Amino acid sequence: MYGDKVMEHFRNPHNFGELKDADAVGKVGNPTCGDLMWIYIKVGKNEKGEEIISDITFKTFGCVAAIANSSILTDMVKGWTLEKAEKVSKEDLLKEMDGVPPIKIHCSILAADGVKAAIKEYREKKRKE
Amino acid sequence: MKRIYMDHAATSPLDAEVLKAMEPFFSEKFGNSSSLHSFGKEAKGGLDWAREKVAEAINAKPKEIIFTSGGTESDNLALKGIAYAYRSKGNHIITTKIEHHAVLHTCEFLEKNGFDVTYLGVDKYGFVDLDELRNAITDKTILVSVMHANNEIGTIEPVEEIGKICRENGVKFHTDAVQTAGKVPIDVEKMNIDALSISGHKIYGPKGVGVLYLREGTSLEPQTLGGGHEFGKRSGTENIAGIVGLGKAMELAVKRMARESVRLALLQDKLSDKIQERVDGVKLNGHPEKRLPGNANFSFDFIEGEGLIMHLDMEGIAASTGSACSTKSLEPSHVLTAIGLSHVQAHGSLRISLGKDNTEEDVDYLVGVLPPIIKKLREMSPLNKDNVKEFENFGDSEHKH
Repeated sequence: MYGDKVMEHFRNPHNFGELKDADAVGKVGNPTCGDLMWIYIKVGKNEKGEEIISDITFKTFGCVAAIANSSILTDMVKGWTLEKAEKVSKEDLLKEMDGVPPIKIHCSILAADGVKAAIKEYREKKRKE
Repeated sequence: MKRIYMDHAATSPLDAEVLKAMEPFFSEKFGNSSSLHSFGKEAKGGLDWAREKVAEAINAKPKEIIFTSGGTESDNLALKGIAYAYRSKGNHIITTKIEHHAVLHTCEFLEKNGFDVTYLGVDKYGFVDLDELRNAITDKTILVSVMHANNEIGTIEPVEEIGKICRENGVKFHTDAVQTAGKVPIDVEKMNIDALSISGHKIYGPKGVGVLYLREGTSLEPQTLGGGHEFGKRSGTENIAGIVGLGKAMELAVKRMARESVRLALLQDKLSDKIQERVDGVKLNGHPEKRLPGNANFSFDFIEGEGLIMHLDMEGIAASTGSACSTKSLEPSHVLTAIGLSHVQAHGSLRISLGKDNTEEDVDYLVGVLPPIIKKLREMSPLNKDNVKEFENFGDSEHKH
């Protein structure tokens, strides 16, 4: 039911675990439908002085699709500017996933929301400082 | 890699002896049992033989055995057939919250068509409360349907007592025995059962064939009309090869029952003990003793079942889960939530159902590969014993269903 890429990321997920000294954590999901995801981000700056995601990890309670998209998305947005990352589209992520059954679409795009939630938390924290 | 099948509650492999018994009925004995010639008689011979075997297995009469396309059709036929036949007497049906969807969705259909249905809850082991059942019966009640054993947690319901209560109140009693027929003794007389569903493929028989036992004198509105086959209760040219296969499978199951049920129960005990010894945060769902031989259902804290099943599959083990992600819906198992598990616990369930080819070595292999899988999934999970209470009912607004 899943494509090879999803299965490979499920088998050997990248970037999992808690990120020590994370600047923000995005918490998304709903245990009723079986997925909870924490996206940890660390924010740095590129040569142009723009804020970028310098490091990113995840912790996921969820199915194969939920774990695989956590891995795929964290790979994808590492190094991106916050501005670009907060606009990451569900379609982009689904395309990267390369093959999930329709019933799994909702858990296959959860990481995109996780990243957005983390960036939002980061910006709110900064505002309060 | 060696593959080990431990999902017998889902389906089972066809027994070689069953296949042998079926074979002639695909080719040389291909007749239509309704025909008058010798070809027809050969087919009729197979049909009659199988009917006797099934009747013997549950202490019924051959004329009380109706062959169907499987457990789902038997449940549909029993519920709709009895409900419509007794409509003038009343419109109330009693069932439980832990029935198979073949019963639950049929009850929902009947609710839309003028019947009232009471869904009895169960205790933490999955048992129906007999007093609650007694209290639920009204003068409008025409039918009670309670499964013999639950397909997920394996709990065996007190059907004999339920049958007695139904008989005393003049209410028809149906039981879904798809998980128990051929595995646990069934006596429709002693248990006061009026209707009972059986499936062929759970007992090393073929798929696509089942039985509805219907007590003589019980009215039933047929749901499939045609040439009047199966005593006018279920029309359609009989699936003779499948029916003979079911008959043979039942004959073998009854012959092997005493020995096999003890062997499977011992294997299951060993499995449960070892898993609970080697993994923290695990709970055996269902009753410790009153359960289907070979069924073990566990909840592992903080992890989700689909990932667990896929990791086991990569190790060659086939099992199943009550997690939402394993089904076509996004809700976790209705059975696990009915016995009081939280959604998180229900999502972390693993069902092992052992069968005739499983050995002690298979159990040892499972017990060996399971703990590292659980450990890996827990390392990946945001949940732990300190925060699980806090996040059990977590839900960001966008992910409500």
